[in-house]
Amino acid sequence: MDVKFKILRFDPDKDKKPHWESYQVEMEPTDRVLDGLELIKGRVDGTLGLRRSCAHGVCGSDAMLINGKNLLACKVLVKSLPQPITIEPMRGFNVLRDLIVDMEPFFAKYRAVKPYLIEKDERPEHKERLQSPADREKFEDTTKCILCGACTTSCPSFWANPDYVGPAAIVQAHRFIFDSRDQGKEERVEVLDGRDGVWRCRTVFNCVEACPKGINVTKAIGEVKQALSKGELDPPK
Amino acid sequence: MRLYKGGVGQASWALHRLTGIGVLFFLFTHIADTALIMVGPEWYNKIIAIYQMPLFGISEIFLFAAVLFHSLNGLRIVIIDFWPEATVHHKLLFKGMMGIFLAVFIPVAWIMLGHALHGGAH
Repeated sequence: MDVKFKILRFDPDKDKKPHWESYQVEMEPTDRVLDGLELIKGRVDGTLGLRRSCAHGVCGSDAMLINGKNLLACKVLVKSLPQPITIEPMRGFNVLRDLIVDMEPFFAKYRAVKPYLIEKDERPEHKERLQSPADREKFEDTTKCILCGACTTSCPSFWANPDYVGPAAIVQAHRFIFDSRDQGKEERVEVLDGRDGVWRCRTVFNCVEACPKGINVTKAIGEVKQALSKGELDPPK
Repeated sequence: MRLYKGGVGQASWALHRLTGIGVLFFLFTHIADTALIMVGPEWYNKIIAIYQMPLFGISEIFLFAAVLFHSLNGLRIVIIDFWPEATVHHKLLFKGMMGIFLAVFIPVAWIMLGHALHGGAH
């Protein structure tokens, strides 16, 4: 089948502002959007800039705005989309070129929530840190995050205020805050409870719909809000 | 820039903002017209006479819709914020809220429309 693409192109060395360019390639209906973009780059216009890595919905490097919604290009079949398929870079980040955005501010927020296990007690010698299945279940959903940025860049609160820590960083914080083995909950409070923290969430649910891993992001943010308001993340007295 | 294709959550969020600004605008106008009583009763009566024109009667229906939507949607957000488990059923919550909105709005709007068109007393 012939598939028409409309791609928002921008080269900071040549263009003053982004512009649309149209392409048409022959593809199988069961091909994915990423296959189409690679066909364009390989056979039609080698200057097209995009990120991809695993191409199997695991690495999260090809999140982009496809037909007006944040999706992973490697997960969407072309037959499932009306044509022309419009492709834009994710919103809210600076565009470096075409579909490539500067994700450094996104990762700075990720680092700010300390997304790792913080242990203060002495590590048990030759022993595992035991955890009950019920305790493990509390953060099961948020372990699935692949840091693609689809949630954060679908969030109107983030578009309005790029300093907002954003859904992805809160999901990462949730993963450790609700881990019974973690002892650094209070170290994340400053970022999460601050003026650009969780309270910026307006329960718009765009993040839930955009997440390629099906994480209930708004629920995770809600649980962090609850924990903060109940003082569960305060330092031990 | 094209509109992001969000779901009912984005639509309700946008409507919440829009109705909030609309109601705020009405409140400021209402404070200003009530304050005219300080200038003199004749000025106050003139303004109230304008409000009794059919066009303003119909505008009041929109005002009622804005207040009702803003209130019900606010309650929906409160439910979601206090019980994060409710996020799983947020679309159902929205549908339920819109059901209540229509059940209240349609009969009240019908009565208000009658008043506006037939010059009923306010």
